[in-house]
Amino acid sequence: MTGRKIGVYVCQCGGNIGDYVDVDKVVEDIKGDDDVIVARSAMFTCSDATQQEIVQDAQEQGLDALVVASCSPKLHTMTFRDVAKRAGMNPFQYTQVNVREQCSWTHTDDKTGATEKATRLVRAGINRTRLTEPLEPIVVETTPKSLVVGGGIAGLRAALGLAELGLTVFLVEKDAKLGGRVAGYGAMFPNDRKGSDLVATLEEKVRANPAITVFTNAELMAKGGSFGNNQVTIAIHGDQLETIQLDVGSIVVATGFDDYEPAAGEFGYGLDGVVTLPEFKKMVDEAPGLLQYQGRPVKTVAYIYCVGSRQDESLEGAHTYCSRYCCTSAVHTAIEAQKLAGDIRQYHLYRDMRTYGKYELLWNASREKGSLYLRVPDDEPPAVEKLSSGGLKVTTKDLLTGGEEIAIPADLVVLVTGMVPRENADLVSVLKLPVGIDGFYNEIHPKLRPVETIVDGVLICGACQAPKTSSEAVASGLAATTQSGAMLKRGFAELDPMVAIVDNDACTWCGKCLEACPYDALEQVEVDGKQVAQVIRTACKGCGGCVPVCPTDAIDLQGYTDAQIRAMIDGLMEVSCS
Amino acid sequence: MAEAAVQEDQAFSPRILVFSTNNISDPGIDLAGSSHMHYSPNVMVISVPCTSGIKPSWILYAMEQGFDGVFIAADGEECAYLPDCGERTAGIMTDAQAMLVEKGYEPQRVRMAAICSVCAEPFTKYMHEYARSLADLGPSRKATA
Repeated sequence: MTGRKIGVYVCQCGGNIGDYVDVDKVVEDIKGDDDVIVARSAMFTCSDATQQEIVQDAQEQGLDALVVASCSPKLHTMTFRDVAKRAGMNPFQYTQVNVREQCSWTHTDDKTGATEKATRLVRAGINRTRLTEPLEPIVVETTPKSLVVGGGIAGLRAALGLAELGLTVFLVEKDAKLGGRVAGYGAMFPNDRKGSDLVATLEEKVRANPAITVFTNAELMAKGGSFGNNQVTIAIHGDQLETIQLDVGSIVVATGFDDYEPAAGEFGYGLDGVVTLPEFKKMVDEAPGLLQYQGRPVKTVAYIYCVGSRQDESLEGAHTYCSRYCCTSAVHTAIEAQKLAGDIRQYHLYRDMRTYGKYELLWNASREKGSLYLRVPDDEPPAVEKLSSGGLKVTTKDLLTGGEEIAIPADLVVLVTGMVPRENADLVSVLKLPVGIDGFYNEIHPKLRPVETIVDGVLICGACQAPKTSSEAVASGLAATTQSGAMLKRGFAELDPMVAIVDNDACTWCGKCLEACPYDALEQVEVDGKQVAQVIRTACKGCGGCVPVCPTDAIDLQGYTDAQIRAMIDGLMEVSCS
Repeated sequence: MAEAAVQEDQAFSPRILVFSTNNISDPGIDLAGSSHMHYSPNVMVISVPCTSGIKPSWILYAMEQGFDGVFIAADGEECAYLPDCGERTAGIMTDAQAMLVEKGYEPQRVRMAAICSVCAEPFTKYMHEYARSLADLGPSRKATA
């Protein structure tokens, strides 16, 4: 007995738990456990009535900690932390035990087994809770200013959105001009608006907005401070290198992508008349009248899809992902090319046509205008060669006509190249950006936290995160805007206090924890004449990566301490009472 | 518990402790449940923020308390905290194996695999496979007996 007063509530979730787990038996089994003052079952623990009952129990019995065994913690941890708070308990002395997704639902075939397991899980939760300490969220004041890195379409739109929220915005662009890649595009799918017009409109608004300061020929060089209050250093390249310091509360990274550059000889790249999709698009965008290549009219175009995308994973540095935009862009460019020269013959050699969603209509339109689609086998890519006559010949198999070998004479071969991550090691190192296996930056969760990174206050958007169309890039830019607003408009932010703690008596300062931490969340300090490690609570991400590297077991992660995990294991293995 | 003992004699069902991660593998395991995929109720999960924070000594402790195997459902490349999470977790597993061997447990009593946030089917499959291979090894307790 530790003198703790724990309330335990086991949920039936209607029949979702109750049909497969004997909830009353679970309650019966744990009721006599040390420190358990209240143990009840409930039909729906998350209902207002039961929440109220918990609050009442807590007040009447003087509960100081709470366990709810119900659904996955992803669903209701926050709900019951709030209940704990309302009941006068510390919200971090609450434990949610997953007896639905990880018990009743997965053992619908074994009620006895599921019931025994539920008891074990609840007991582990009680054991963990017994060792919780009251924690307070780490509150930090935030600076109502945002830094946007990258002045392409996503960065421009984000900058504007941030200013509209009432934040001060600094926009840093490496290039001399704003607009990024989209500035170089003519008509774009789906509505044929020119890329150059789109960014010109955005740029005009950005330049006119007094809350936005634009730095071109500029780079982010350093970032200091901590979440909500970062000091950043911007280098501005000009006749003389100038550096300036700014205080910002959030950083939106919108650094874009690079076009895939085919290797010499890859699908004939390097031969006269073999061009990439961006090169071809430029030709079409800038064609004075008829489509021409080096003074000769272009009558036949062969497109080879998936160049630099969906590559075989056995290749060194393969880009195994789909670049998402290129099918639609190639199809759209073919329609534009056809507008220039009505009698043009266009052959599309594709692996899978991914003009998803409403872009399917463009694919149909291109077929109606005469484009022919040939499906090539994944393992037998088309071959491109130069003919003695000066033209090009593409040899391929067409799966749609029984795998027959087809030779296509072409004036121009367009390699439909994809997007690749941009080399930006300096920025990655300055911001500690998480880089995925594909080389693009990683969000915390693709659905639930799609623009946040594990570095609090650093958001990603646009094609630096993954291949995106420009509308998707802008949408994610606005998502990053909203996230910044949510963090900065309130004036302060609360960070989860489940961070690392150091036992000064056990610590001998060897520096191993500092080495293990990519977030620089540990520092060497002197306490009572002794060198020890100290956790910078606002920088710690609470991953626990420093815990197992400590040779003297001096580090614990709050909420997941050594004692708590061992107590949970004990609880899981403790034999049922009955 | 006499009943359970008889059951164990008939078909030994190993107790497996799974370490999952709050953001990646735990949602994958949840999805197995919401899809009503079945594995043994002797599989029990403790979720932590990141598998790079698991202490090898916890794995040994689990064995000493009666688990027959520990499965680390790692984030692999998806870890949002640490770019080298896979390597770190593999190192933790190697250290844990050394500790187990020293105490007379087979090193196969700990294993790891990357489980993503939608890896319901792979997780279920791993649980079946791992239970089978642990059943071949027999209960962990015999090692100390």
